[in-house]
Amino acid sequence: MRPQGRAETQSLYFDYPQFKAPEDRKHLEGRARVAIVGAGPVGMTAALALAREGIASVLLDAKSTFNDGSRAICVSRSSFYILQRLGVVAPFLDKALGWTTGRSFYRGQQILEFDMPDGPDEKYRPMYNIQQQYIEQFLWDAIAREPLIETRWQSTVEGIEDRDGGLCLTVRDPQSVYKMTADWVLAADGARSAIRKMRGLRLKGENYEGRYVIADVQMAHDYPTIRRALFDPDCRRGGTVLVHKQPDDIWRIDYQLRDDEDADAAIAETTVRASVQAVLDDLGYDGTWDLEWWSIYSANTLALDDYRDGRVFFIGDSAHIVPIFGVRGLNNGLADAQNIAWKLARVLDGRAQDALLESYSPERRGATLDVFANASKSARFMTPPTPGWQLMRDAALSLALRHPFAGQLANPRQMTPYTYSDSPITEMDDVGFNGGPLPGAVLPEVRVHSGYLTDLLGSGFTLVTCSTAISEAVSHDELTNVVIPTGSAVDMALQLGADGAYLIRPDMHVASRWTKATAAQVMAALARNHGDLT
Amino acid sequence: MTEIDIERVYDALATTLDSLTADKRDLFLAKIALLLAHELGDADRICDLIAEAARTSPD
Repeated sequence: MRPQGRAETQSLYFDYPQFKAPEDRKHLEGRARVAIVGAGPVGMTAALALAREGIASVLLDAKSTFNDGSRAICVSRSSFYILQRLGVVAPFLDKALGWTTGRSFYRGQQILEFDMPDGPDEKYRPMYNIQQQYIEQFLWDAIAREPLIETRWQSTVEGIEDRDGGLCLTVRDPQSVYKMTADWVLAADGARSAIRKMRGLRLKGENYEGRYVIADVQMAHDYPTIRRALFDPDCRRGGTVLVHKQPDDIWRIDYQLRDDEDADAAIAETTVRASVQAVLDDLGYDGTWDLEWWSIYSANTLALDDYRDGRVFFIGDSAHIVPIFGVRGLNNGLADAQNIAWKLARVLDGRAQDALLESYSPERRGATLDVFANASKSARFMTPPTPGWQLMRDAALSLALRHPFAGQLANPRQMTPYTYSDSPITEMDDVGFNGGPLPGAVLPEVRVHSGYLTDLLGSGFTLVTCSTAISEAVSHDELTNVVIPTGSAVDMALQLGADGAYLIRPDMHVASRWTKATAAQVMAALARNHGDLT
Repeated sequence: MTEIDIERVYDALATTLDSLTADKRDLFLAKIALLLAHELGDADRICDLIAEAARTSPD
């Protein structure tokens, strides 16, 4: 929502473009290999990831511009690697505000300062704040340059049915209603996914009681990019407030509503202004500010039972809705997009068997359930659902002033990348390893000369070893071989030893690892990661 | 811990609880539980004791 007198996308600092429906109508009913429904950050990432693999797609969105408002503002380190691998990370690094530190306050007193894992070995910061419309703008700039992606704005998908070994979509735009067929559909159409409804599927899970108003204000507030959590502050007794800095002097204020506060009344402009002013008073900010945008949010943990329905894959919020505290909504959506793209591309161009696609849902739904477990913990601390949780939360906060162990209970422990240990393509670990990332885990970053380990990875699979003999014994069209000096930092981090090797997937997860690698083992693991599950 | 020691703890808890208004007693008990648990440092043992304390008395 925007203040009275301003249109939905009339921002203080961002010019929303206006996109037209397709003008060239001749080819609209042609067959697409992949149709992506929803041109938000997740759909755009999927389109770009497919294009990087040489696969063309049609990207459809009902709107004529980007999503209104800053929405998902925390982009994690793992997402920066996805952007890097798409070749679009530069504008994000220019614009976004990297951060490492969070501070928690209880009744005005600081009780905890936590740092997320970071250091000189890390290429990217643990978290970056940037408004969602910039995320969409930067992805769009890359899509506009990409001939393999055809975007159709103002195009609503009104029907979807299985036909001719593909899916027949009914599309309505301002000029006509037409049908098009796609071999595969990626449903990136958000929390209220129309594709999900038309396929007769429902999200399942829990709704939490806590409701938050999220409001953006523009102000010249002098404070570093540190996430602040205010527990039981003067401005909102019994509630919790979160404060995030964004680019362009925009500040995100999230404040919890009391159980007796009516949602409609709470989002009235005058109420929002008064509530924000009270928070700013608590923060000690006495300057002027402009209200930019606000919305209301409640904490849910909802997911589909299966992220695949025949030839439809659900990616992003259409498949899962998570509480904001873990900042995993957008970040997990981007990982969904990357995950399905490298697999679907390989199936489409014949490099991989269909069975590879069976790994998408276990891997990405597993990641969602992991977020649920963590987010539920965070939600219970931020918005205690019952008297028992409330009492223990208050006890911890009250002790935290003098006892750091209790303050640690307020540490949100955000964002540890999920390990795909239960995936059908992840191999059993070699028990001989003493350290290093497990199969299914994300490759850790390591400094290499003037760059980083991840800079050495190929665009497909990568074999990392210290052994020239192993490297020379294995060759595959998809494989980049990286030979690491014995005793180097990478050798230490991966515990490679003389004959060890890691096979790294296109999404930087470890496919398999061996203490004494043979060419046959590596080729078998590569085959498995191309859908040969025999 | 001797009988005298435990009696001293018992007294201290009772007098502290009496010094608090009714609305602060729960919070106090939750705080002392967390502090004692942190001192004891054995999560399994503490969870057993939580279950023990939750047992209804045989009356």
